[in-house]
Amino acid sequence: MMNYIWGGMILFSVLAAVITGHTEAVSQGALDGARASIDMALSLLGMMCFWSGLLEIAKRAGLTEKLAHLLRPVTRLLFPRLRSDSPAVSAMVMNMTANLLGLSNAATPLGLAAMTELDKINPEKGTASDEMCLFVVINTASLSLLPTTVITLRSAAGSQDPFGILLPVWICSVFALIVGVCAAKLLARRRRHL
Amino acid sequence: MLRAVSAGVLPVIFCVVIGFGLVKKVNVFDAFLAGATDGLKALVGILPTLVGLITAITLFRVSGAADMLSALLAPITRPLGIPTELMPLALLRPVSGSGALAIVNDLLKSAGPDSPVGWMASVIMGSTETTFYTLAVYYGSVKIKNSRHTVPAALLADLAGLLAGVWVCRLFF
Repeated sequence: MMNYIWGGMILFSVLAAVITGHTEAVSQGALDGARASIDMALSLLGMMCFWSGLLEIAKRAGLTEKLAHLLRPVTRLLFPRLRSDSPAVSAMVMNMTANLLGLSNAATPLGLAAMTELDKINPEKGTASDEMCLFVVINTASLSLLPTTVITLRSAAGSQDPFGILLPVWICSVFALIVGVCAAKLLARRRRHL
Repeated sequence: MLRAVSAGVLPVIFCVVIGFGLVKKVNVFDAFLAGATDGLKALVGILPTLVGLITAITLFRVSGAADMLSALLAPITRPLGIPTELMPLALLRPVSGSGALAIVNDLLKSAGPDSPVGWMASVIMGSTETTFYTLAVYYGSVKIKNSRHTVPAALLADLAGLLAGVWVCRLFF
């Protein structure tokens, strides 16, 4: 998919430049763009290393498990058909906690472990169960407490208040999550009646 | 008040994490170094993608192609109150995380990080996820062919995040 998007973008840009007569802008844009990508990587590098380092401490100190414990009532509400001590639920809780903390490297393996557990109790192999659909939707909505990458980019761009976006980010991700969960629950019910 | 909370989040996290680590007798500096190395590897891993996509996005903007797309989509975006500059981000966000990041970087530089558009781009980036990537990885791992209602529900959540990002930011300006 990215093949067509990326290729299409460049071809369409060149075509547009010919139509609008900005052909010289394309060569300059290529130089500027390649330079800008390195500037961006450099501005992200420090914070990414520092943050990953801090999260590794949190993981080794067992903070992730502590938080996961607090999330249990939420999973009971979301997945009423699963026992709250089942391996699928523990893996899902750990995955959500890792996402919440912004530990995306840890979240993916935990999420895949949860999918494997969910697949074991899936009556129809090859077709997603209601629980799988809901779990994947929750993962695509990604509730994160501290979007460090965006904050770093804002500060690199000279923002007066790089952290100002925190509250709107929380409001919007909770809203998106609620919409996703409700949609998944409603669609699951509709399909079952068909 | 809000500003104070936002500014206090990071120092509190530092103290809690490091304090907790020391109490639990974790080698905090070793753990930090191991994590920071992972961070470095992650960045090196996405660097080629960033170069490819940021260059493509810069071309897309300076060639006038972005303006054409925006004009084309204006009948949909105007009634919803979405600034046309945000449309490339809205379209690429579910497909490519680093691509969306590249667009946000571009918008922060061209519109300014504290402008309404800069805020909206930051909020949308912070509150949504690369939907199709997640779907492919998660379902691919257990060989699910029929994802049933996952795609419509996930895309609905993305749309909700986009609209909420635009509307909530408007409240702050």
